Amino acid sequence: MISYILRRIAGLVPTLFVLVTLSFFIIRLAPGNPFDQEQALTPAIRANLDAAYGLDRPLLEQYGRYLAGVVRGDLGPSFRFKDFRVTELIASGLPLSLTIGLAAAALALLLGVPLGAWAAWRADSPLDHALMTATLLGVVLPGFVLGPVLALVFGIYWPVFRVGGYEPGDASFLVLPVVTLALPLIAYIARLTRASMHEVLQSNYVRTAQAKGLNPRTILLRHALRPALLPVVSYLGPAIAFVVTGSLVVESVFGLPGSGRYLVQGAIDRDYSLVMGMILVYGVFTLACNLVADLLYAWLDPRVRLS
Amino acid sequence: MMRRVRGASVVLGLLTVTALAAPWLTPWNHEQLDWANIAVPPQFEGAHWLGTDRLGRDLFARCMQALRVSLLIGVLAALVSVCIGVAWGATAGYLGGRVDAFMMRFVDIIYALPYVFIVIILATLFERGSIAALLLAIGAVGWLTMARIVRGQTLSLRRREFIDAAIASGVSTPAILWRHIVPNVAGAVIAYATLTIPQLILFESFLSFLGLGVQEPSASLGSLINIGAQEMETAPWMLLVPATLLTVLLISFNLLGDGLRSRLAGDGAAVP
Repeated sequence: MISYILRRIAGLVPTLFVLVTLSFFIIRLAPGNPFDQEQALTPAIRANLDAAYGLDRPLLEQYGRYLAGVVRGDLGPSFRFKDFRVTELIASGLPLSLTIGLAAAALALLLGVPLGAWAAWRADSPLDHALMTATLLGVVLPGFVLGPVLALVFGIYWPVFRVGGYEPGDASFLVLPVVTLALPLIAYIARLTRASMHEVLQSNYVRTAQAKGLNPRTILLRHALRPALLPVVSYLGPAIAFVVTGSLVVESVFGLPGSGRYLVQGAIDRDYSLVMGMILVYGVFTLACNLVADLLYAWLDPRVRLS
Repeated sequence: MMRRVRGASVVLGLLTVTALAAPWLTPWNHEQLDWANIAVPPQFEGAHWLGTDRLGRDLFARCMQALRVSLLIGVLAALVSVCIGVAWGATAGYLGGRVDAFMMRFVDIIYALPYVFIVIILATLFERGSIAALLLAIGAVGWLTMARIVRGQTLSLRRREFIDAAIASGVSTPAILWRHIVPNVAGAVIAYATLTIPQLILFESFLSFLGLGVQEPSASLGSLINIGAQEMETAPWMLLVPATLLTVLLISFNLLGDGLRSRLAGDGAAVP
């Protein structure tokens, strides 16, 4: 088991290497550079700036230096935020982004799985149909539609929660962002659970359990839930990627000082090191979550043997 | 199920016709400023069917122009991803062995990364606001699932007798792929392509929402929603109109795609 995990972690290294390399070279190919401003800089200042940031070196040498920095855990200086290292910028926003993202994922699991199981238990009832229609809407609606509409309804017309002007430590600012992020996930997880639970409930061993006279609750919780959760667990990796993506939108809609804005702003400003740092950090996070999902899957499904 | 497909097709048809006919349905175009009617709600006065924005631009004209962009990008990017996906998947599945392993490993690696990174990196690569660049960036991530589906179908087709017969009668490999494999995967490809379109429209709106996609003075549903979100306290229609339009568009395409998938492809071709 331990050796399997270690081998999987080693397997992440080539993927990350490809990610860093691709993003490094593609973003250097982009037109424009971090020092473009309304007013053109004099050539001497430009040359000094380029020299200070190492941009005057050959591209391959810059790449080598960047890789060496990454290995040591240094993502380089930001080009636009003067006097800040990229690691400092990301570290300042990441805790908030992680809080929102993980809270949304947890909420989605806590609500999505029971809703899906309930719909499957009462398959083809009006309740099932109503839930599945509602979840279809939830799956389709993108966060940047849901977020502003929720803010309009619950922040302005009926001001239950606070929107805009974030003050650290006040959780009422975080409710709507978390709900915005969680709703599509709740819908998707409910649909997944309903489909797999529906199938499991029709299998032979569930019929046997019913024939033995076990009460429905025990059948649902002890016998059917575990196999029915498998598709949900394998969806957890993509779900985390979805949360990462969504946090970009949610932070921009609700004006939260998370780290997502650095990716977008960095891309617009051509802040090379900031964009690459964000991609690397989020990439590691996504791949790590995929790994954890795989391990969970193996733990839940006795047919899977890791070696 | 068929009723849903028919309903979705009717809605999509109506939206497309309205978007194309919009220049004759309103006296305004998407760039004109109406100084007399700045940020007015939907009204007949001045022919602002859906109101105007902060600069006095007609929201109906802007939404319809955005809809044209969304449909164009959605359909063309779906075509791009179909072409790459079919070529990649059919080649990998038919040649098999080491080529297959290498090609699919490549797909796996890109798959493991959140698509937003790839799209954002690619979107920065080109002059901002260029539709061709957007198409490329969006099409470049859309083909991965298509390649997987086509490869799966090709693997099973490859063992069939008519392929052996084609090989025995000396047909070249490209000709086998083009004349025998591709027509046989067309059903699954069409069904999945219909499901790809709303995803691609969503990518485009998402990028424009973040300010990386379509640029002023042109509008996209995403950029309209972004502007509307900033004005929603005083002018909620600026948010609700484009948001409703995008939602209806996405739901219709999804219903249509789901229906086509169960008709054309059967359960075997479900998205892996």
